[in-house]
Amino acid sequence: MVHLAVPLAETLTFPSFQYRAMAPILVVLGAAVLGVLVEALVPQGARRAVQLAVTLGGLGAALALVVATPASEQGMVAAGALAVDGPTLFLQMTILVVAIVAMLVVAERRVDPSGDAFAPRAAALVGSTEEQEQTRLGWTQTEVWPLFLFAVSGMLLFVAASDLLMLFIALEVMSLPLYLLAGMARRRRLLSQEAAMKYFLLGSFASAFLLYGSAMLFGFAGSLDFAVIADAFRDKPGQLGLQLLGLGLVSVGLLFKIAAVPFHMWAPDVYQGSPTPIAGFMAATVKVAAFGALLRVMYVALGGAAWEWQPAFWVIASITMLVGVVLAVTSSDIKRMLAYSSIAHAGFLLLGVVAFSTAGLSATMFYLLAYGLTTVGAFAIVMLVRGPSGEAGHLSSWAGLGRTSPLLAGVFALFLLALAGIPLTSGFTAKFGVFAAAIESGGVWAVLAAVLASAISAFFYLKVIVLMFFAKPGPDAPAVVVPSLLTSTAIGVAVVATVVLGVFPQVFLDLADASTPFLR
Amino acid sequence: MNPTNYLVLSAILFSIGAAGVLVRRNAIVVFMCVELMLNASNLAFVTFARTNGTLDGQVVAFFVMVVAAAEVVVGLAIIVTIFRTRNSASVDEPNLLRL
Repeated sequence: MVHLAVPLAETLTFPSFQYRAMAPILVVLGAAVLGVLVEALVPQGARRAVQLAVTLGGLGAALALVVATPASEQGMVAAGALAVDGPTLFLQMTILVVAIVAMLVVAERRVDPSGDAFAPRAAALVGSTEEQEQTRLGWTQTEVWPLFLFAVSGMLLFVAASDLLMLFIALEVMSLPLYLLAGMARRRRLLSQEAAMKYFLLGSFASAFLLYGSAMLFGFAGSLDFAVIADAFRDKPGQLGLQLLGLGLVSVGLLFKIAAVPFHMWAPDVYQGSPTPIAGFMAATVKVAAFGALLRVMYVALGGAAWEWQPAFWVIASITMLVGVVLAVTSSDIKRMLAYSSIAHAGFLLLGVVAFSTAGLSATMFYLLAYGLTTVGAFAIVMLVRGPSGEAGHLSSWAGLGRTSPLLAGVFALFLLALAGIPLTSGFTAKFGVFAAAIESGGVWAVLAAVLASAISAFFYLKVIVLMFFAKPGPDAPAVVVPSLLTSTAIGVAVVATVVLGVFPQVFLDLADASTPFLR
Repeated sequence: MNPTNYLVLSAILFSIGAAGVLVRRNAIVVFMCVELMLNASNLAFVTFARTNGTLDGQVVAFFVMVVAAAEVVVGLAIIVTIFRTRNSASVDEPNLLRL
C-alpha cells in the first residue's frame, strides 16, 4: 500500500481553476442552489418574490460577467474541461439574454385566472378534489425557478464543454430539469404529462447514444479531451470502426437535441404539451445550447474527420428543412406549427454547421441569437390568445384576430415574417448569412433545397397572417388577455430585437465575426 | 483476458438495451433498457481505460452512475405521475398529442 501512496502524492498536480472565466456558470449554479434553499426556508407567501429576485439576479449577474469577461481570462479552464473562448462567450450571452426574456414570460400571472402556467402541485392527481382545492387556495409551485436555473446552468456548460465527460454531464444538467418542467402545465395536464414522458424517454435514449459514441471516441483517441481527439483523427490511421461509430453515435445524440430529421419526432409533441412559456424557453435556449455544443464537437473534436461527416450532414440539413416545412403546412395547431418551423430552422442552422468555416460559425451564432429572441416572443403571444379552457391552440380560432386585437396580431405577424425570413427582419439577415457560408463551402444543392424550403415555409406563415387579418372571427373567437408588465416587456424586447437585427444588424454581425475561432 | 471480449459484451448489452427501448411497451422496462445502454457504455469506458492505460475512463464510469441515479429520480417521478392518472405505464396509451 505504501508504494502506491508515495508516487501519487508526488505526481498529482492540482489543476488550476480560473474562477473568473467560469464565474457566469458558477453564479447561475449558485443561484439555483440558493433557490432550493429558498424553497426549504422561506415561508410560502414570500417565496415567489424571493425566487424571482434570485433568478433575475443570478441571470443578470451572469450576463454582466459574460459581457465583461476580459480577453486575458479567455482560454482553456478547469484543466481543459471547459473552453472559454469567443463562441462560448457569444453563445452564453445569447442563452442568458433569451433566458431572461423567457423568465419574464414564465413569471406571468395575469394571463390565467387561477395563477401562473404551472399546476399547483405537479404530484396531485389530475381532476382530483385535492387538485381543485389547491387551485382554489391559489397554491403555486415555486420549484419551477430552481429547475429553470439548473437548466440554464447546464446550457452555459454545454456550449463551453471541451471534453466528452463535461459534454455528457452538461447535457444531463440541461435536460433533466426540462423534462420535469415540460410535465407541469396547469391546463391540459394529461397532455403535459404525456409530453414529459415522451421527452424524457426519447431524450435519455439519445443521451445513451451520445455516451456510447463518447466511449468509442475515447477508445480511439485514448483521451476525453477534444483537442487530443482532433489530433488522433489526424495522426492515427486505422481503427476506422471506432472512428465512425464514435462520430456517428455522438452526432445522433446531438442531432436529437436540435431536433434534426430523423430525430425530430419528439419536438411537436413536447412543444404542444408543455406549458407554453416553457415551450418558448425550450425552443429558443435548448437550440442555442445544443447548436453550440454541436459546433464545438464538429469543428474542434471531429474537425479532422470533416470529409467523413460533411456529406451526411448536407443530406441531414436538406431533409430536416424540407420535412420540417412540409409537416408545418399540414399542422392545424399553432404550437405544433411553431414546433415544425423550429425543425425547419434546425435545418437552416445546420447549413452553417456543415459549411465548416469561420463564416459558417459566425453566421450560425448570429442566427441563433435572432431565432432565439423571435421564438420566445412568438410563444409569449400564443400564451395570450385564450379560449374558455386555456389557450386557443387550434389555428381556426385565430381567424379574425387582426380585427379584434390588431396590436397583438401585428406583433405576431412580425414574428412570423421574421421566422419566414422576409427582408428587414432578423430572420432575413440570419438566413442570408448561413446560405452565403454554405455556398462558399460548396453546398449549392443544399442551399437550393433551403431556398425551396423557405418558399414553402412562407406559405404557412403567411397563411396564419392572412387568417388573422382577412378572415372573419368565428363564433367561438378566443379572448386576447392583456398581460402584465412582465410579458409585455418580454414581447417588447423580442420585437425590438427582431427589427434591430433586421435593419441594423452590423454591430451584432461584427460581434459574431469577432467571436469566431474556437480555441482548442 | 483479452479486452476485446469486454468490448463485445458491451456492444451486445448496448444492442439489447437499444432494441428493448424500441420494442417494449412498458415505460419502466423502456427506462431500464436505457439504463442498460448507459451501463454498456460504462463497460466500454472502463475497458478502454484499461487498454489505453489512463484512468479517465474509470472516472467517467463514476460520473455516469451519478447521472443515471439522477435520471432515475426524474424518470420515475414522471412515469409514476402518469401511472397514477391512467393506471397504466404503457408508452402507447398516452396518445392525446396529435395534429
